[in-house]
Amino acid sequence: MTWPTPNAPMKRPKKKPVRKKAVRRQAPAAGSRPRRRANAESMAAKQREISVSEFFAKNRHLLGFDNPRKALLTTVKEAVDNALDACEEAGILPEITIEIEELAPPASASRSGRYRVVVLDNGPGIVRKQIENIFGRLLYGSKFHRLKMSRGQQGIGISAAGMYGLMTTGRPMMINTRHSTRKPAHHIELAMDTTRNAPEVTVDIETDDFPATSTGTGTRVAIELEARFVKGKTSVDAYIEQTAIANPHAMFTYTPPSMNGDGRSDTEDDQQDLIPEYDSAATPEPAHETYVETATLDDRIIFPRTVDELPPETREIKPHPYGVELGTFLRMLKDTSEQQLGGFLKHEFCCVTPSVARDVYKAGKVSGNTWLKSIDHAATERIYRALQDARLRGPPTDCLAPMGVRQMLAGLLKGVRAEFYSAATRSPAVYRGNPFQIEAAIAFGGDLPADQPARVIRFANRVPLLYQQSSCSAFKSVVDASWRTYGLTQPRGSLPVGPIVVMIHMVSVWVPFTSESKEAIADYDEIRKEMKLALQECGRKLGTYLRRRQRMKRDADKRDVFERYIGEIARSCHALTGTDPDALYQALIQQARRRTEIADAQLDEEGRFIASSDNGRLDDDEGVLIIDRNETGPRQLDATEPAKQRTESTRTPARKTPRKKTARKTAKRPASGRIQKPAKPRVRVHLQAAGDPSLFPHSDQPARRSTKRTGRKPR
Amino acid sequence: MATKAQRKVSRKKTARRSPASAAQRTARTMTNLSTLAQGVVKSSLAGREPRLEIPTRSAANTRWNKSRRILQMGTSTQERQLFNLGQARRFMQTMLHASSVKDLLEAEKTLSLRAMFYKSLHTISGTQEKTFDEQSESDGILEDLEVALGSLREELHIFAKKAGTMVGNITVIDTGDEINCRKMGSGGYAIPSIVEPDVIQFKDCEADYILHVEKNTVWSRFNEDRFWEKHNCILTEGGGQPPRGVRRMLHRLHNELGLPVYCLLDCDPWGHYIYSVIKQGSISLAFESQRLAIPDARFLGLRSEDYERCELSDDVQIALNQRDITRAKQIMNYPWFKDKRVWQREIRQMLDHGFKMEVESLITKDISYVTAEYVPRRLQERSWID
Repeated sequence: MTWPTPNAPMKRPKKKPVRKKAVRRQAPAAGSRPRRRANAESMAAKQREISVSEFFAKNRHLLGFDNPRKALLTTVKEAVDNALDACEEAGILPEITIEIEELAPPASASRSGRYRVVVLDNGPGIVRKQIENIFGRLLYGSKFHRLKMSRGQQGIGISAAGMYGLMTTGRPMMINTRHSTRKPAHHIELAMDTTRNAPEVTVDIETDDFPATSTGTGTRVAIELEARFVKGKTSVDAYIEQTAIANPHAMFTYTPPSMNGDGRSDTEDDQQDLIPEYDSAATPEPAHETYVETATLDDRIIFPRTVDELPPETREIKPHPYGVELGTFLRMLKDTSEQQLGGFLKHEFCCVTPSVARDVYKAGKVSGNTWLKSIDHAATERIYRALQDARLRGPPTDCLAPMGVRQMLAGLLKGVRAEFYSAATRSPAVYRGNPFQIEAAIAFGGDLPADQPARVIRFANRVPLLYQQSSCSAFKSVVDASWRTYGLTQPRGSLPVGPIVVMIHMVSVWVPFTSESKEAIADYDEIRKEMKLALQECGRKLGTYLRRRQRMKRDADKRDVFERYIGEIARSCHALTGTDPDALYQALIQQARRRTEIADAQLDEEGRFIASSDNGRLDDDEGVLIIDRNETGPRQLDATEPAKQRTESTRTPARKTPRKKTARKTAKRPASGRIQKPAKPRVRVHLQAAGDPSLFPHSDQPARRSTKRTGRKPR
Repeated sequence: MATKAQRKVSRKKTARRSPASAAQRTARTMTNLSTLAQGVVKSSLAGREPRLEIPTRSAANTRWNKSRRILQMGTSTQERQLFNLGQARRFMQTMLHASSVKDLLEAEKTLSLRAMFYKSLHTISGTQEKTFDEQSESDGILEDLEVALGSLREELHIFAKKAGTMVGNITVIDTGDEINCRKMGSGGYAIPSIVEPDVIQFKDCEADYILHVEKNTVWSRFNEDRFWEKHNCILTEGGGQPPRGVRRMLHRLHNELGLPVYCLLDCDPWGHYIYSVIKQGSISLAFESQRLAIPDARFLGLRSEDYERCELSDDVQIALNQRDITRAKQIMNYPWFKDKRVWQREIRQMLDHGFKMEVESLITKDISYVTAEYVPRRLQERSWID
């Protein structure tokens, strides 16, 4: 075996530019005759190629393995990203099980322990002969050479994770995969020879022992590594939670080390009955099911599927001329299978129409029939310039599959307990010839902490970005947007403060990351601008909502004040004139109600006042969702109530169960009752003004207080 | 001397509006109260917003009546609405006080301002809110009620706490008790809040004039030196800004007995304003000016020029602060000071000096300088400003 033993130091790769140094050293010693340390031949003996794996083994921080904490996250992330990509490409609704097992606890809080990460998907599986290449070589993959929207881009991720595991624990990666239900599964243990960037298979058996997945096919990857499991903003927990938000069509089952029973080495038994047990635990749900939330069971956390549709399949595109540099252009000329310029322009690029091509021929003093071989460098440059100057259509956008506002809302609902949600998807735009699209969503109020800066969650092609927040374009655009306009506080040059979560998603055929570890989106002006516009779109809706809510609250407060005094006034008038105090009280109360009727207004799910002449800007806006957390608990189990009653009744019955408990303890995704289309949750909003019956003893008014926090009794 | 005074009393009495009897006045107040409440009830039952019309008590609604030389309330009123967030509470308080006043009138008793605060004070049922947070809130509402009903505070059976002292060559009858103001010891006769003719009558006035001083400390100096005895006058004091009772007493003494009023006040904007209030009435009580203001009152001192004239030492100077300067300029611009050149000069001189002086600064000359020298001299020289 060629991989290093567990804690053995890695082989030092030899330095290439030795020669330069030697020359420099000779220079100052002009007086005394320098001793010759090496000659060209001896140096040549040391000069050799560096393999990619060697390079990355040494520079593993470039891939996100800087420290044990991050290494764990990166490992999980790469495995999950691959699983999702594979499922989607095969048209399978993903069901992914993630398990982290603590094999050896950390010696102390600051040291690392040993963990095993197991990720199982229900994807198409992998054919035997590709297994080594996919998992055992760096920069081997299907995604680098094409312009297509996918999570992975470079083909480094999972193999790097395996390499890291191998280097820190000496244990090879374990892969179980089955690509057909009729064929046996493969069990392979894979190590990597970093010096050659080549895989080494240590165990290779065919077996029928494969965890039951919904499709019968799938892949299971297990990696042992030195790592640290921590909680917080950049933890595995956060990653999975956010992945679930960004992938409402996927179901995740997650077992963190704390839930993993001690001494259970064989985790497969557990996994096998995971899904059936879950399904039986779920209550069948009615069709008007509103929304589902994360369920915490004893031994796992389930992030249920909220949308039954896969994101549309995306097309692969050819590069747009605007995004191609001269050097690339030259290389493409050399690599292409086309013979003539006309065919080259037509087939190797997108958006080059015949009329554009004609202009290019003219400017380049060539024709469509010109043989590529005959074009000299000067002509190439002329053609390239002409192509850059031509007025071109933007790249096609069917290569992008944004989440869409409904899916974003569904995702946020799953992960964030807020009161107001809004989302916006921008139309596609282009940076450096690459089409991209920005989506943003915000969640406001509810259980979110009110006195902290906004939480920004960033996604690129549905992958959460957890590190390097402040250097990310998304973060900067949140800081840039002026949230004060929408009724939030925002210290100069920083995030807005308030109960708000901001989500930004960028989809593109090529997401420009600032580093190979894919942690932050590079700050292109076009991208930043689109992000800002998307945020403003959401912000405006929030502003409208907040202003409306304020108006309602103001009126409710007003009524509260009036009703408080009416009793006193009625009594005084009775003392002064002998008028019937009851009649006077009722007359005044009625008048007070009439004058503060906005307080009674209810916002429908779009934030409009119901039965009000006020047709606000939130009209017909599917990107807005409002949930009154004070009034209605999560309604998912409320199956007995007919759907019709909901839309008619002025008040929704409050749930008697404590709402926290309901939200966390129950599994909500039923087998049958999923939202067919990402439905607009039907949740009504109430903000009702108040008067207290005890205020005036003669009154028979029901008890109503605007500031009430507890649930209301059903009428 | 006495005959002259009595003659004047009779003349003045005929000039006054014939006073209605106490019972009549109470009946009128009762009617007004019930009219006020009727208006509220009527519009409430009709579904209209209940409102109260209250004459505005502000500087903007105060007119300077040049011919009568008093401040009078203008005609502008403000509406107090129930369904207005800023006014709802005060609306409720006004109605509460109205019903409390009715109780008072029916019981034929009087209460102090503080007691009225307690009478209408309770927690609104079902809430934590009290009808009144502090007495000042209640006092304002009672003044509103006075102007809204067109009744005087006395007619609402409400009085303020006593503040003000009197001593001198006069005997008064206070609710039947004869009080000889010549024999009041060192404390003096405390001027009650209600000094209407049905409570207080004058008898045996021998005094030639009234000397009103700003505060009790100065008054004690004069009383100890038996100034009123030596100079045959009435000595009063109002504890700074004189309350209504003191001003009404001065007004009655001046108008019914024909006694000129001389004021000895500090040489500062505050003192100047006290003089202004005595002379032409105050802004907040402009509606009562005709029965409180004494347009003939004279300002005896302290004058700015006294610093040189009496050769006072530097130590008595109190530097004017920014507020004093602002206030002084404001006073200079009041229409009733504006066309009086002597007052303009007086205030200008104080501003030029850059300091103010208190009456007590005369003590630096001699303990009794003010009683033995200063006031007699000014009166003799007729050196006062008007």
